[in-house]
Amino acid sequence: MLAFILRRLAQSVAVLLSVAIIAFAMFRFVGDPVNQIVSLDTPAEQVEQVRKDLGLDKPVYIQFVRYIGNALQGDFGQSYQFRQPVTKLLAERAPATLELALMSALFSLLVGIPMGVYTALYRDGFGARLFQAVSLIGVSLPTFLIGILLIYLFSVHLGWLPSFGRGQVVKITENWTTGLLTISGIKALILPAITLGLFQMTLIMRLVRAEMLEVMRTDYIKFARARGLKTRAINFGHALKNTLVPVITIAGLQLGSIIAFAIITETVFQWPGMGVLFLKAVQNVDIPIMAAYLMMIAALFVLINLFVDLLYAAVDPRLRATIRES
Amino acid sequence: MRFRSGLLAACAAAALALSVGVTSAKTLRYANQGDLKSLDPYTLNETTANAHLGNVYEGLTKRGKDLSIQPGLAERWEVLEPTKWRFYLRKGVKFANGEDFTADDVIFSADRVRATGSNFTTRVPKDAKFVKVDDHTVDVILTSPNPILNSQWDTWYIMSKKWAEANNSTAPTPASAQTPSFSSLNANGTGPFKIESHQPGVKTVFKPNAGWWGKPEHNLTEVIFTPINSDATRVAALLSGEVDIIEPVPIQDIQRVNSSPNAQVLTGPELRTIFLGMDQTRDELLESSVKGKNPFKDKRVREAFYKAIDIETIKSRVMRGLSTPSALMIAPELFVFSKDFKRPAYDPDGAKKLLAEAGYPNGFEVGMDCPNDRYVNDGQICQAIVGMLARAGIKVNLNAQPKAQYFAKVLKSGGYKTSFYLLGWTPGTFDSHNVLYDVMGCRADGSNRGETNLGNYCNPKLDALTDQVLVEADTNKRNDLIKQAFQLGFDDYGYIPLHQQALAWGVAKNVKVAQRADNSVLLYWITKD
Repeated sequence: MLAFILRRLAQSVAVLLSVAIIAFAMFRFVGDPVNQIVSLDTPAEQVEQVRKDLGLDKPVYIQFVRYIGNALQGDFGQSYQFRQPVTKLLAERAPATLELALMSALFSLLVGIPMGVYTALYRDGFGARLFQAVSLIGVSLPTFLIGILLIYLFSVHLGWLPSFGRGQVVKITENWTTGLLTISGIKALILPAITLGLFQMTLIMRLVRAEMLEVMRTDYIKFARARGLKTRAINFGHALKNTLVPVITIAGLQLGSIIAFAIITETVFQWPGMGVLFLKAVQNVDIPIMAAYLMMIAALFVLINLFVDLLYAAVDPRLRATIRES
Repeated sequence: MRFRSGLLAACAAAALALSVGVTSAKTLRYANQGDLKSLDPYTLNETTANAHLGNVYEGLTKRGKDLSIQPGLAERWEVLEPTKWRFYLRKGVKFANGEDFTADDVIFSADRVRATGSNFTTRVPKDAKFVKVDDHTVDVILTSPNPILNSQWDTWYIMSKKWAEANNSTAPTPASAQTPSFSSLNANGTGPFKIESHQPGVKTVFKPNAGWWGKPEHNLTEVIFTPINSDATRVAALLSGEVDIIEPVPIQDIQRVNSSPNAQVLTGPELRTIFLGMDQTRDELLESSVKGKNPFKDKRVREAFYKAIDIETIKSRVMRGLSTPSALMIAPELFVFSKDFKRPAYDPDGAKKLLAEAGYPNGFEVGMDCPNDRYVNDGQICQAIVGMLARAGIKVNLNAQPKAQYFAKVLKSGGYKTSFYLLGWTPGTFDSHNVLYDVMGCRADGSNRGETNLGNYCNPKLDALTDQVLVEADTNKRNDLIKQAFQLGFDDYGYIPLHQQALAWGVAKNVKVAQRADNSVLLYWITKD
């Protein structure tokens, strides 16, 4: 088991390194960071001085080696735009993104599962058909459009919910702020969380529905029925429980992508999270932020995958056996 | 009964008066497309940043609502000799932290603004000496006469020497700084506002500076600034009443904002001139079907391009009426004789004829570089131009890309790799010399002249006039020289000026704001009912 974990960890490091290499190769095509720092009428020798100070006059591979060297010591450099350490900027922005991701994951589970169960049990009913149609919209409409539609409906026309920002936040630690403790903070969370979670919600709903239909046909459900168990006990005690294993796997894996793909939702709602920071960094060729963000997201995915692999090994005896043999 | 209703009315009036007294807290919420990245006034020379910091910091001069130069931290100044200026500093001015403002702060700021890492080195001539006469008098000694010495000093903000020294901020923060800088997160100015809190890229809160020396023209008690990058969200936030001012309003949304009950759009001409430039220096264009020669070196070709562009159509279709077609490379607000210049009429047949005379009866192919996220509808302007030139037989291969990539390609640092491009320019000094020198001057090694002359349009006679403009102190003579210089560029078809774009601010109906043509949203001129 230990050898397995070590091997997976080594693979993870390799993945991170290759992400860094690909990222650095791509930075050459996003534009010249120096032009974003100086203004149009800055004299040329000053422009070159800035380039030199930043080490951007060196070949890419030297910049890369230097970056990795510093990163290993926990130094991810300073943002060109904000003149602040990247780690500090990301740490300040992370709570907003995590809060949003968590809420939309909760939303997608709490709404998606009951809807899936409902559509499976009453699959020819009007409600089920309606849910199916709605879920189709959720899957096919792009996130930014959903966000803007929600803003126009709930902020501009009805005036119920704010169209941007986090509302009032409460500071818990130096970097950690939460909007969950104030009314305006919770109100501000609703629209972005729905926008971000809608796709996952429809995914989960469809997954639960398909699994549920499958399970309902199995013999043990028939036997349970024959034993005269209550419908509710059958549906929720036996059927739903057995559909949840794949749902949890998918939901866990999707959490990574919710965090990573919060960029669009964050931009639409001006949610002050890491996604907005990253997008602005791309527009302004702020390489330190881009690099650190990409590495962080890669590390996140690697971690989640590692965790899932280990979990599988723990759960599935057959897998454990193969690991032992190898 | 009458008595009672009268009493009631009196009570109601009293209650109203009382409640007005209680609710006099006026919070202005302001959203801009761009972030406020650093609070250090010498790190980023950009209109939005300068405007933000202009609420907190002040220069020796100020600019009025009409952009005229007015006394700021200097009460008055005089030119003792052409190379010696004397500035009399305002007395009794304090920085937000309570320190007195003195001549030492001016001298310190003059050094700091010229230090490495400053983005504002051109604000103060490199070799100008600042001499303290007494605590409230400073002499500036120049090596050559400079009639526009203080023209950009409204955005050369004066910092406190003691504060900077105490906080390890004596040098402007260069992008490469290895330690986070204090002055990019904290501000200490003499201005009408101070910064209550600042989270870069998220939120900045301004509070009025009670100790300010002037008489406030605003009635605000708090200003909350948030960047909202997405156009649709910014407009939605204004329409839903969550913010009071937004800048800019995308021109396609102007109608909608104006038809809403609680907000309107303030429009006005901006100082930035949008123009087209052509590579007139290479012997063969980088991106063209013409080999072995450079068609843009032929004045007739440049004239043909000029005449093939229907500026009125660009104004009505692309800019939806919100542009001022321009015959000059400078906005009419900045040069008195602008109205003496008229654009040559749109003449597609004439353009074809000129191209035929120049030896291109069937036109030619040329690449065009264009930003698509820098100026108002820049990408669409270029597309329109591609269509118009096609009618004259020119096939333009448009390369419209985000500003980051665009500037990396076309600027000096990228090797001026362009044949035909669109660019915008606001003279930082609000003076013609800047345009004549930076954009219309001949490029030369070892000189900053013509650094933004991406196509190197070059006329030595124009350069000679530019040099005279720099040292001529007599306003009338100077304007005459400027006119002659612009006339040369005009006759040469060295550039194709297009228009000045318009400002568009979205403002809630209960807010009054002075819109200055340099697109600075200045809090100290805002009142809210």
